[in-house]
Amino acid sequence: MASTRTAVRTYGVAARALLLFIVVLGIGYTAAITGIGQLALPAQANGSLVTNQDGDTVGSSLIGQSFADADGNPLPEYFQPRPSAAGDGYDAGASSGSNYGPENADLIAAIEDRRTQIAEFNGVSPEEIPADAVTASASGLDPHISPAYALLQVDRVAEARGIPVDEVRTLVEGNIQSPDLGYLGDPTVNVLQLNLALDATRG
Amino acid sequence: MAALFAILQVATLVLILVVLYRPLGDYMAHTFTARRHLGFERGIYRIIGVDPDSEQTWQAYLRGVLSFSLVSVLLLYLIQRLQAVLPYSLGFPAVPEGLSFNTAISFVTNTNWQSYSGDVTLGYTVQLLGLAVQNFVSAAVGIAVAIALVRGFARTSSGTLGNFWVDLIRGVFRLLLPLAAVAAIVLIIGGVVQNFAGFTDIITVSGGAQSIPGGPVASQEAIKQLGTNGGGFFNVNSAHPFENPTAWTNLFAIVLMTVIPFSLPRTFGRMVGSNKQGYAILGVMAGLFLVSLTFLSIFEANGAGTAPQLAGGAMEGKETRFGIFGSTLFATGSTITSTGAVNSMHDSYTALGGLMPMINMMLGEVAPGGVGSGLYSILILAIITVFIAGLLVGRTPEYLGKKIGTREIKLASLYILVMPVLVLVGTALSFAIPGVREDVESTSIWNPGIHGLSEVVYAFTSAANNNGSAFAGLTANTPWLNTALGAAMLLGRFLPIVFVLALAGALAAQDRVPATAGTLPTHRPLFAGLLAGVTVIVTALTFFPVLTLGPLAEGLL
Repeated sequence: MASTRTAVRTYGVAARALLLFIVVLGIGYTAAITGIGQLALPAQANGSLVTNQDGDTVGSSLIGQSFADADGNPLPEYFQPRPSAAGDGYDAGASSGSNYGPENADLIAAIEDRRTQIAEFNGVSPEEIPADAVTASASGLDPHISPAYALLQVDRVAEARGIPVDEVRTLVEGNIQSPDLGYLGDPTVNVLQLNLALDATRG
Repeated sequence: MAALFAILQVATLVLILVVLYRPLGDYMAHTFTARRHLGFERGIYRIIGVDPDSEQTWQAYLRGVLSFSLVSVLLLYLIQRLQAVLPYSLGFPAVPEGLSFNTAISFVTNTNWQSYSGDVTLGYTVQLLGLAVQNFVSAAVGIAVAIALVRGFARTSSGTLGNFWVDLIRGVFRLLLPLAAVAAIVLIIGGVVQNFAGFTDIITVSGGAQSIPGGPVASQEAIKQLGTNGGGFFNVNSAHPFENPTAWTNLFAIVLMTVIPFSLPRTFGRMVGSNKQGYAILGVMAGLFLVSLTFLSIFEANGAGTAPQLAGGAMEGKETRFGIFGSTLFATGSTITSTGAVNSMHDSYTALGGLMPMINMMLGEVAPGGVGSGLYSILILAIITVFIAGLLVGRTPEYLGKKIGTREIKLASLYILVMPVLVLVGTALSFAIPGVREDVESTSIWNPGIHGLSEVVYAFTSAANNNGSAFAGLTANTPWLNTALGAAMLLGRFLPIVFVLALAGALAAQDRVPATAGTLPTHRPLFAGLLAGVTVIVTALTFFPVLTLGPLAEGLL
């Protein structure tokens, strides 16, 4: 029964190797990276959390959040993010896209609804509304909108806050992030940071 | 402007891969050929009880691969079932049986298909002791098998292929671990989280509540891409801002998933003693990659289809920071390797856009394919190619001085047959078995009509190719799909490995025949063109019918 002995021996080697990998890779590697992250790069390692002018943590600069009242209606005094399919919208514990296909009737209806609603909310014509405003992101937590969608909301925000349109537009332009290295990805506006900057100018 | 930026971005990727091709390829060749063991490695060999200087026959090498993988599946299953009593479970209960089975197979086979939602299913212990470990070792197993096949070509009249345990240990400790550690820190710099904080509850600017997740994500993310694994920490994978926060981390992730597979042809060239042979393989891989990328990018930029046209662009399921091209480049890199990570929702792509990731996988993931698996897959296709070329001119085919005889071509043919059979039979059974069909149509499929068929075809293509990406609307956490996809992943990984190692054994045992005037040179553009042609034609003949029923019908009707 030499072959049985060989087989048993091989499984023994396999089990010992796996246990060793669990200790070194599962525990050692993760602990080392966590240690370096926490010591050298604590802000990023802990989620790039941001505070408002009162010093309260109000979110993460990387995670989108909704700017709506308790009933889910968008607040006119804040720039609005993209539609979200994460939970009831921007649920950071349940990241998700809609996964609707290009011919899905529910998606087509949703896009039409959003377009009408955004046009009405901002007092603009439906043709001006960019694609990102009427589509849900992949994560449901997209922190950004396109500069076009941000600029489209300027008049509404200025009116709701009773501050000059030019002031709001300047703020938006200052918050446009150009692509990384000048050419990677698209220019974006971080909605949370823009809204925080807006709140800061008021006070 | 957008087109220029797209070209600049892919040029950046190409430049980085070109710069790394020789040093990394040479380093890997050295790693797997050096006689000397490092001090700590000797310690490891003593602990696990192997003699690192003993050589294995192909059967013994295979026994190593299979026993290690079986032990891995069993332990990973156990860890999930015991989640409730393990520390750092975040309060999540034990993972159910069917899901644990599927997930254990998924991570051991380097597929990383996720029937579950990571956000709400797995605690830190399962992620680390189970998934992160398999991210490393399943990748190292793939590389080991590829190296064994290359040794089959490199050796003459040899009964052995090296030692699996040595290849495994070296693959992990000399290659994957150091690269992953550096990559993880770069990712943290970019904003990927790395903590054990659980959820942080905050009050948002407008007074709402939000739970910001934490977790050891960067360490997991680095090896997820580098090992072409692809299983995300979070449900939405690399679309999640904590996995992939910026456009540059996006490009960095693409570099990580492609760098080892694209450099392995150099390793192959070095080990068989002709760098030109490596360049021929690299040329085929790069050509297919760029053609596929171009098609996908054009389809998505054009945004055909009712919803994208209505919205003014194919942005449903895409993140603003990546834009269209950052999404299509990632999708191509992820599905043409065996990574299967997603930074955008393929289910929401235009019909023809969604076709491209499927084709990338159906090619057998050879351009450049998974770590190790990409190289051994394309070498199998190279054998088929010299065989077909031999038939055309009526000569006995040979590759790298090895005769491709009856045994070799049988093994290569069996290899080629496995994946299509799993994809087509799996899809067909999903609609042919009466009870299953109702379940698939009512529970699993998310998008009605033609697109629903595409979701099922995509799932079996992804599983059988050990990719792991999905048309994610599909609910795969059902008894049928957990079982059938689990079987597809298992057979799609290990049957080919059996054939590859048997082939390696047969090749190693051969003497080398001298090249004559009648030998087809396999380092010239003619051969590379033939190889690319064979790859595409085999795929097209196999999958064209099912694609016409799914994405082609949706895109062209």
